[in-house]
Amino acid sequence: MEQLMGNLKRQIIEALNLKHLKPEDIGDDQPLFVEGLGLDSIDALELIVLLQQHYSIKIENPQEGPKIFRSVKTIAEYITAHKPA
Amino acid sequence: MITHYCIIRDQNIVLDGKVIFSEKNSDLDAFLLNAYASLKVDYPKFYKMDNLSKLGFLAAEMLLKDRSLLNDYAPEQVALVLSNAHSSTDTDRRYTLSSRTAPSPALFVYTLPNIVAGEICIRHKIKGENAFFVAPAFDPALMADYTDMVMAGDTGASIGGWVDVLGGHYDVFLYLHEKNKAGLAEHTTGQLKELYNTTLWNS
Repeated sequence: MEQLMGNLKRQIIEALNLKHLKPEDIGDDQPLFVEGLGLDSIDALELIVLLQQHYSIKIENPQEGPKIFRSVKTIAEYITAHKPA
Repeated sequence: MITHYCIIRDQNIVLDGKVIFSEKNSDLDAFLLNAYASLKVDYPKFYKMDNLSKLGFLAAEMLLKDRSLLNDYAPEQVALVLSNAHSSTDTDRRYTLSSRTAPSPALFVYTLPNIVAGEICIRHKIKGENAFFVAPAFDPALMADYTDMVMAGDTGASIGGWVDVLGGHYDVFLYLHEKNKAGLAEHTTGQLKELYNTTLWNS
């Protein structure tokens, strides 16, 4: 889980062009949207693409988005539970 | 009157004829990031912008350095008139490349030239008239005539000029025009042409 979260942080910084941040600047439980990293709806789309590209995971129900993308930890948990065998 | 002007060209940022940032031997991406860092502006969205928006953003920051237009004008009294030659082709190409694997939503939102105008307006809370022209080259007569027409009404100030980028090639000439202030030059076709073609800078 720790390694997965570290990879995710690097991938998020790259995909979302957060070049002012280092992986260690993003807390595992830090909210990604609004009051946390300040991500927006376009970033949410990028995160969906990221999951598809790097983890072959397609989010079938968009209503789940806010729950899945709440933090790096929740994304990692979702990947662990849904990664294709 | 033209109260300030900014040129970004040949790895230099020039404000009112004086070089205020210069970095040789860096590509455009690095040049823009280092210029932003040197300005000490806290605006994280800059990192997400495409290069066209970054160029326009930096030039506008220079024009409005240490000043808020809203101290002198209502948001609706400030106009923005921009132009360039390559529209958003620089980002269109990047988006097309990204489409080969997974189309990038973050790139897609910059596949229109007037997004740079939106970024400047959001940053400086500008809500006045705006226009973006695509032309083969900087057209001082078009800028002078159109901006004068816009400013014939209640508009008191406008940011105008040229913001162009394609690949590693870029050319920016942005100026602040204010109706009732003393300034550096008259807002005329001849003065715009002269300022745009300025090549002698003081460091």
